[in-house]
Amino acid sequence: MIKTDVVIIGAGPTGLFCAHQLGIIGLKCEIVDNLDKIGGQCIELYPDKPIYDIPAVPECTGEELTNNLLEQIKPFNFNFHLNDRVQELKQVNENWLVKTTKGKEFTAPNVVIAGGVGSFEPRKFPTKSAEKFDGTSVLYSIKDKTIFKNKSVAIFGGGDSALDWAIELSNTSNVSLIHRRDEFRGAPASVQKIKELSEKNKINLFTKYSIKDVKGNGTLEEVEIKSEEGESKTLKADYVLGFFGLIMQLGPIAEWGLNLDKKTIPVNTENFETNKKGIFAIGDICNYPGKLKLILSGFHEGALAARGCFKYARPNEKYRFEFTTASNTIKDRLGVK
Amino acid sequence: MAKIKYIEHNGKEHIVEVQNGLTIMEGAVQNDIPGIDADCGGSMSCATCHVYVKEDWYDKLPKKEMGEDDMLDQAYEPNSSSRLSCQIMVSDDLDGLSVHMPEKQV
Repeated sequence: MIKTDVVIIGAGPTGLFCAHQLGIIGLKCEIVDNLDKIGGQCIELYPDKPIYDIPAVPECTGEELTNNLLEQIKPFNFNFHLNDRVQELKQVNENWLVKTTKGKEFTAPNVVIAGGVGSFEPRKFPTKSAEKFDGTSVLYSIKDKTIFKNKSVAIFGGGDSALDWAIELSNTSNVSLIHRRDEFRGAPASVQKIKELSEKNKINLFTKYSIKDVKGNGTLEEVEIKSEEGESKTLKADYVLGFFGLIMQLGPIAEWGLNLDKKTIPVNTENFETNKKGIFAIGDICNYPGKLKLILSGFHEGALAARGCFKYARPNEKYRFEFTTASNTIKDRLGVK
Repeated sequence: MAKIKYIEHNGKEHIVEVQNGLTIMEGAVQNDIPGIDADCGGSMSCATCHVYVKEDWYDKLPKKEMGEDDMLDQAYEPNSSSRLSCQIMVSDDLDGLSVHMPEKQV
């Protein structure tokens, strides 16, 4: 059990800057994120796309923004818990007991939800029949590629993951690559390689097809694909792999008893607290009149939520507002003189 | 200004007037029309404002920009009449356009 002042859910720019503000006012926090890397949507959706509306930064990429925020919170040495998702929130006296899918437990008087629009999860096949093979022979990521040796593998998708795995597995497996259109969005070199492998019959390439059904008695045997015109083909398949990118799901957040408005959490704009005492929501996931889904708004929300956390983390102290330019206490916390 | 008809997957129709310069996605969101999620807020980073546009209108729409088809690959049941509604800007020319919503967005 890890005891701390604040658990932050989400390591995107808003969560990172909130951590900074907590550090400045002398609170500790632990940061949990479902992704295996820090940066949230900035890193997952647009690491290379320039952002033009960060105050005083005319232009930066999602990756640069993330690196700068990390640099800014470095003095505080906060812990990150990546590749893990907060599953459960339970009130125990004055504290929240926070449990993750990997079984980590935290206790803290405050939880800050900076979860964007939820956690990123692989987009799955729309076919109902694929569900019963989910995790055994219908897979959305690969942990151990040796299971595919000498097997028939049907790979769906047109991005780099689909192409890279099709190329890699074509050495040891009977690979079919199925994509809904003729163009691929993967790297040009990979697309070229796929075309060569297809010409040499090392890969069975089906474009303008999508999944229709998966079949098998207990174990997967066949996958049926369809063209838009309605023509069907049946392929032998021991494994079906889908690489359709990631979607954002609200996930367990919906089950914590918070007021919800569609996929967002209403907050008050004084301290960004939700309807539950000690649970705050900031960034894209929070909602209030006039809300803008801008990174700069997330920074402001994080700064106020941090002060809100102070009240519960230090109930016997009075919060004193200080400037970083003038306060020696803050300079000590930052390790500057 | 254009009258846009949004047709839910269950057949329910919503006809609203959408201002020029807004997108079809914004027209739906601002009028609380269900079936278009627009998780990313219109930055072409998700595929949750996916709609189908029948042939008669499809060719009259502004063409897809680079990247839209890449995102549509990740939509729920995309086909050759699929568009991202955040990429269709409303103008007088679109008066009378119908868009059909998919069964779901993810």
